[in-house]
Order: sequence, then structure tokens, then C-alpha cells
Amino acid sequence: MTTTTTTRRSSLVTDSRVLIGRSARHIVRSTDALLISFVLPVFQLLLFVYVFGGAIATGTDYVNYVAPGIILVAAGFGAAITATAVNADLTEGLMDRLRSMPIHPSAAVTGHVVASTARNLVVTALVVAVALVVGFRPTAGAWEWVAAIGVLSLFVLAITWISVIMGLVAKSVEAASGFAFFIALLPFVSGAFVPTETMPDALRVVAENQPVTPIVETARGLLLGTPIGNSAWVSIAWCVGILAVAAPTAAMLFRRRTRDA
Amino acid sequence: MQTPYASRTRSTDEVPSGMAIEVHGLTKSFGEVPVLKGIDLEVQPGKVLALLGPNGAGKTTTVRILATLLRPDGGRALVGGCDVVTQAAQARRLIGLTGQETSVDGLLTGRENLTMLGRLWRLGTRAAERRAEELLALMDLQGAADRPVRTYSGGMRRRLDLAASLVAAPAIMFLDEPTTGLDPLARQKVWDAIGDLMGKGTTVLLTTQYLAEADLLADRVVVIDEGRVIVDGSPKSLKRQVGSERAELAFRDGHELSVAAALLDDNHPVVDREDLTVGLAIDNPWHLHAILGRLRHIGLAPLSATVSQPTLDDVFIAFTESQRPEATKGAE
Ligand SMILES: Nc1ncnc2c1ncn2[C@@H]1O[C@H](COP(=O)(O)OP(=O)(O)OP(=O)(O)O)[C@@H](O)[C@H]1O
Ligand SMILES: [Mg+2]
Repeated sequence: MTTTTTTRRSSLVTDSRVLIGRSARHIVRSTDALLISFVLPVFQLLLFVYVFGGAIATGTDYVNYVAPGIILVAAGFGAAITATAVNADLTEGLMDRLRSMPIHPSAAVTGHVVASTARNLVVTALVVAVALVVGFRPTAGAWEWVAAIGVLSLFVLAITWISVIMGLVAKSVEAASGFAFFIALLPFVSGAFVPTETMPDALRVVAENQPVTPIVETARGLLLGTPIGNSAWVSIAWCVGILAVAAPTAAMLFRRRTRDA
Repeated sequence: MQTPYASRTRSTDEVPSGMAIEVHGLTKSFGEVPVLKGIDLEVQPGKVLALLGPNGAGKTTTVRILATLLRPDGGRALVGGCDVVTQAAQARRLIGLTGQETSVDGLLTGRENLTMLGRLWRLGTRAAERRAEELLALMDLQGAADRPVRTYSGGMRRRLDLAASLVAAPAIMFLDEPTTGLDPLARQKVWDAIGDLMGKGTTVLLTTQYLAEADLLADRVVVIDEGRVIVDGSPKSLKRQVGSERAELAFRDGHELSVAAALLDDNHPVVDREDLTVGLAIDNPWHLHAILGRLRHIGLAPLSATVSQPTLDDVFIAFTESQRPEATKGAE
């Protein structure tokens, strides 16, 4: 039995397409999860702008400062939903059947990743729209928008892969969503909501060396014209690095992890 | 059988050893706890093997290893000649699995579940839809076909799960307690479906708690207990060893009961002090006649004598209990 590269690739494409369709149906049918992934970040945006906004001095209009961070938080909440969905497959659903079938080992996780990334991007766009309504005023031109969307998409893709892994590793659906909320909290220990200079030293070291800070700096620079420095490259390096590790890990876990081991 | 569903499957005819399923010295532990302690079994192509055993015996573990879902610690397992560890990808082309716990997508409808699997098996969208329709009809699920599986009853889910493992018409089927929790009508449907598979030359390994089911379906029965094979034979030979029927003698009081139990000790009596009964395996009506004769000889008349078909309990009592000392003694 010869398994050539082409047939492997075609089986990845075909199998993934079927499973992306399945995950897309899940997303559309879990309306409550979809609603929460949109409402929570919007609520946060309003909270920051209208409640805390007056108290935090950032030197610019606070809505402009905070909007890019909220967008990242939205992606984090999306990640929690992804982790939950993957874990539900494992603990109560289809995973055993898929694992006993001759499908491409990456197809099942690819289905989740692609559908979740798409969902996340739609939610992100909606959050941006709400931010614009409450006074977010980007100065970006067309190319800056394209670049900003590119960086955010890369980020969303990277944390979606991480959340798939969390879903595969977690022992229960609750644990999976708990893990992933950790990702949603990352932006709070970054320069997303307050300048890192205001933090205690130890925290500042963490904040300045985690991926959310350069990404939020990059997004802010592209959309609002603040200085970017090397943040863009650091962001891309983080995301590509995460993808390079997470994608094969997830495929390996799909084969190894079962509902009872 | 037509072959339209074969693009991802392969027939087992080409297997050199000739066995559809071959298991040698299979061992598996969960943490420190040994669960399989060296299982051996073989199934010829087109035959049905029933795997029996008490709860926790290791049936599901064995099936999950054969279905490539768990890695064994030691020993070898081949399905259709493919090693389930080193040639898992090839093995997966040959097998269908209905696990003890259902493995279907709760948010999709029954039809969507089956169509999706058909497409993953490369039937093509149209053929996948046709196959889904056929299987829904086979399992009597047309009425619920377009409802999310989440809303199905337990028995409906099991039937859908069985349908899901039939999508690709696999050459080798693993069915882990396929009829547990089904009503009699649904059970009959599942038996019919298994009969159908047998007619098509599919090799089936099924686990069950019902001896009658094994008797009806299986060419061969393997009983495992505490991770070891304790009996391996045809249903007929098994029943011959257990006693094809079971007699229950009821007595007036505990004293009579004890006397009868002592007298009939060589027949492995099962004594129930609550109901004041003695249960015995009997090979033929003359055997019962002889037993009653022995009681009459000492002037002891039972209140009643009833005869029933053997149950799995009897198999366990005859084999698990009598074999257990030997099994522990001869630890391999
Ligand atoms: N993931 C696991 N971790 C620890 N122990 C396990 C695990 N899976 C199974 N076991 C143990 O292995 C033994 C065999 O389990 P298995 O499910 O194979 O039994 P079974 O024969 O299918 O029983 P049943 O008739 O109840 O379905 C049991 O003692 C069980 O507790
Ligand atoms: Mg079991």
C-alpha cells in the first residue's frame, strides 16, 4: 500500500473540508456560545471606556488605547469555546469513531481550527464595529488595515491551535474551558489596557515578554499611527513559532489521546 | 455485496495467515493495574466471535485495542493481517466499530452524521446521502432522521451508532455490547443487521452479556475473566460443558436445603438460602430424572422442580469459579 505525498495531501484537504463543514454547523447551532463570544467583549469595551476610562491615564483617548486590546480579548473568549468543543468531541462525542477511521490525522483538528478561526474573525469584526460606534477613531489607510487584519488573523489562528491542544489535553469540558479562559486573561497582563510602565517590576517583565504586548503594539501602531518599532517582527515570530509547535502537537494528540487514557 | 463503498476499504481475502482477527499474548495495564494478562484469540474470515465476561473482565479494552484506539503494552493484534500498532492506518480501512459508549455527533442530525461519515469514507456526496438513507431505514430511524442526535433516546443513539459503523460496509466489525439497552424490537433489528453482515461474509467480533445472543449469532464463544481467556469454543460445546439446561429445586426449609445441597455436591449446586432453592446444570432430561431419583432415595421431596435455559450466570459459575484457582496458580 503506497501512501504518496499527493494522496496524503488530498486526503487532508478532502477530510478537512468535510469536518470544517461539521464544525461550522456546530457554531451556527450553538447560538448561546456565539452570542456570549460577542457580548462579553462588547460589554468589556463599554466597561473600560465608560467606567474605567476616566481613571486610567494613557496620554491618548482611552477608547483608542483600549480597543485593540479588547479585540484580542474577544479572540481569547473564542478560544475557550474552541477548547470546549474539541473536548466535548473527545469526552462525549465523535472522536473515537474518527480515530478508528482512515482519515488524515490532522483533519479533525483542522476542521475545528478553520471553523473557529472564521467564527473568531467574524466576532472580531463585530467588536471593531461597536468600537467605531463608541468613538474608536483609527487613522489607518487601506494598507495599514490590511496589515492589521493580517496580524490579528495570525494571532487568532495561533491561539485557536493552542485552544485545540487544551481541549485535547483537558480531562473534562469544564477544565478545557477553564484552561482557555487563561488565554482570555493574557491581554490583561500586557500593554493592552494599561501601559506596562505602570506595573510592578516582576509583572512588567512578564507583560513585556508575552505575545499579546507586541501584537497589541503592532495593531495600535498600524491602526493609530503610534510607533511600532520591532513589535511587528516579534509578533510574527511568536505566532509562527506557536503554529509550528502547536499544529504537529495537536495531530499527535488526536491519535494518542482517547476518552479514557 | 456490491463494491461501491470500497474505495477506502480493502477485502481481507489477500491476508496470508488466513485469520481475519488474530490476537497473541495481548497485555495492557492502566497505571499499575493489569487489565489484560495475555489474551489469545483468532477469528476466521466471515465468522462471528462472541466475547463474554463479567464487568471489568477486559472486553472493552480488547475491542479498543483491536480498533486501534488503545495501544497494547505487549503481545500482538492483527486485523485482516495488519498489525494494529505498526499498520494502524491500513487496519483502519478494514474495520467498523460500535463502541460500548456511542460515538456520534450530538449537534448534527442522524442523517447528517451518516452523510458526513460516508463522505469521509469517500463515497461521494450523492452516494453518501443514499447510503445514509438506506441505513436510516435499516435501523428504523427515518422518523428521527432530521432531528439533532442530542434529542435521541438511548436506544435510538445506539442504533444510529451501529448504522454509523456500517457506512463503509467494513470487512471486520467490532460490536461492543450492541444490544445493551435496546427494547426487544430494536434488539431484533440489530440481530437482523448482524445476520445481514454474516450473509455478506463480514467478520464480526461482538461482546455481550446475553448468552442467548451469543448462541443465536456466534460461531465461536470466548469467555474472558480478569484479563484472561478461560473458555474458548463453539456455543454448543460451551453449553455442553455448562449443562444445556438448568434445574431449580425448591425446598421447605434450610435443613432440607442443606441436605439436598450436600447430596448433590458433585453437580456444582448453586444454593440460594433466601429462596431455599438449589440450582443445577442438567445435560438432558434423564439427568434431572436421576437427580430426583437420588433425592427420593433419601426420602427428600422438593416442593417444585423447574427447568430453564442456561444463562450467562451459569456459564460464569461453571467456568469462572472452577477455573479461578487454576488461573491464579498458573500465573504466566
Ligand atoms: N482508562 C482506564 N483507566 C484505569 N482503568 C481502566 C481504564 N479503562 C478500563 N479500566 C479498567 O480495566 C478493567 C477492564 O475494563 P473493560 O472496560 O475492558 O471491561 P469490560 O469487560 O468491557 O466490562 P463491562 O462488561 O463492564 O463493559 C476494569 O477493571 C476497568 O476499571
Ligand atoms: Mg465493556
